[in-house]
Amino acid sequence: MFKRSEQDKRPQVQILVDGVAVAARQGDTVSAALLASGLDARRSTAVSGAPRLPYCMMGVCFDCLVTIDGVGNRQGCLVPVAEGMQIEIQKGKREIGK
Amino acid sequence: MTVAPKREAYDVVVIGAGPAGLAAAATSAEAGLSTLLLDENIGPGGQVFRAISSTPVTDRNQLGADYWVGADLVQALRTTSAEVIHRATVWSLDRNLEIAVSVGGASAFVKAQRVILATGALERPFPIPGWTLPGVMTAGAAQTMLKSSALVPDGRTVIAGQGPLLWLLAAQILRLGGRIDRILDTTERGNYFAALPHAFAFLTSPYFTKGLAMMREVKAKVQVVSGVTELSAAGEGQLASVSYVAGGKRDTIPADLLLLHQGVVPNVNLAMSAGVEHRWDDLQLCWSPVLDASGNSSVAGIAIAGDGAGIGGANAAVVRGRIAARAAVEALVPAAAAKLPSMTALRTDLARAERGRVFLDTLFRPAPQFRIPSGDTIVCRCEEVTAKDVLDSVAIGATGPNQLKAYRRTGMGPCQGRLCGLTVTELMAQARGKTPQEIGYYRLRAPVKPITLAELAAVPKSEADVKAVVRG
Repeated sequence: MFKRSEQDKRPQVQILVDGVAVAARQGDTVSAALLASGLDARRSTAVSGAPRLPYCMMGVCFDCLVTIDGVGNRQGCLVPVAEGMQIEIQKGKREIGK
Repeated sequence: MTVAPKREAYDVVVIGAGPAGLAAAATSAEAGLSTLLLDENIGPGGQVFRAISSTPVTDRNQLGADYWVGADLVQALRTTSAEVIHRATVWSLDRNLEIAVSVGGASAFVKAQRVILATGALERPFPIPGWTLPGVMTAGAAQTMLKSSALVPDGRTVIAGQGPLLWLLAAQILRLGGRIDRILDTTERGNYFAALPHAFAFLTSPYFTKGLAMMREVKAKVQVVSGVTELSAAGEGQLASVSYVAGGKRDTIPADLLLLHQGVVPNVNLAMSAGVEHRWDDLQLCWSPVLDASGNSSVAGIAIAGDGAGIGGANAAVVRGRIAARAAVEALVPAAAAKLPSMTALRTDLARAERGRVFLDTLFRPAPQFRIPSGDTIVCRCEEVTAKDVLDSVAIGATGPNQLKAYRRTGMGPCQGRLCGLTVTELMAQARGKTPQEIGYYRLRAPVKPITLAELAAVPKSEADVKAVVRG
């Protein structure tokens, strides 16, 4: 859906998306890295289980909710990637203990 | 940068580091006031100057000269003593000017003598059939990815809607080598005539020649369909096609990405939760705070600057930030205001920056069918409530947005009405034959952004606090 521009010279940052290594770039938000990865990053909603991807990318729509380093319901569009970050695509509502 | 505020009290706390917030904080700190700037994003710039300090887009022509103005604002702020905290989510502001802010998973409380809200704008909801499908995003979302990560669409891409941002985004995507298959312009034909009486002011504004040049640049490369009167997205769990009607003729095109935009509206949540009076703006079709000429709101000590004060654009936002900050300085340390530009000079700047706005507002006033949906179209994305659900609730007695919560939970999901509030107000107003002002808006309350109970429970408590809630 999206591709990176060749002029982007930022260093790579490796994150894990449901256990799969993904090369993100320093300064990417989690949501941007997911959309750039080409992986199926669709979460499913808590209400009906409908699939969603980020809609606004600016912190207002909450369609980018994702589990980051074991913590659920994080707004992926507001969190920058970090080396070794563990991302889980969140299916449904946040689980107890996450 | 993600550390808690250094002090418990400040002269001025500015919320939001977009054009208005950057200018306000710099002005306030320059006059010697203790100033704290809180911002939710990773870096300064807000939306219009998004990633201004970190963008990987190094060819300055690609983002345009108007973008790089932001770098000067950031630089000006850095030469002052203002304390700046990013990734700081303000979740409460009250009439005592006490602010609760979440930083790194923990909440801190600060007290201000003056608060300047610079929470800016968000994109107007665009509730068409299929707008919740993966692959449908706002134009602003694509622009955010373009600015902060140099990401551009490379699948079959359709941009639909109207307004200056749409053309700017299209030009930027093309300059960075991205793909746009078609642009669907939803500007109502009648708007051109309605806007004509306001055209003179616009012709003399800097936006005019820039806007025309950008539209020419885009139209040379992309098929543009104007006069689009119907629009929908379809697909099974993922966008597959976009369907539209233009000139009475329907067309359906395959698409991987649909970018929607029909203007921006003030982000009112924090201001409304603090009790700031807002009125329905019949031209801009949104809620705008009631403010005096210096940006002071109905709550003593709270001023609003930037697009949160009513949509005026980035240039106006900068000046409004300076005006609000100067007013704060005049109120707290009148002598210190002498070194700042005079209020008269600032108001002249503002009038210049706002020139042509009425023309843009009239020309790009979104059509009713794209604001007020019907049938199975989702209104509330969080709670997945359709237009029909809302109308059914009206039929059995729901009178306004707050009653509707009890019927359908609209506005009670994590976005707290940001993506459905205007739609619900207009839909209920139409169904009940009332004005949006009469129908009203959600009663917004803190926390205006979700925080966990664990974070609330970890907040330091006095003995009296505990006594107030513990039994026995």
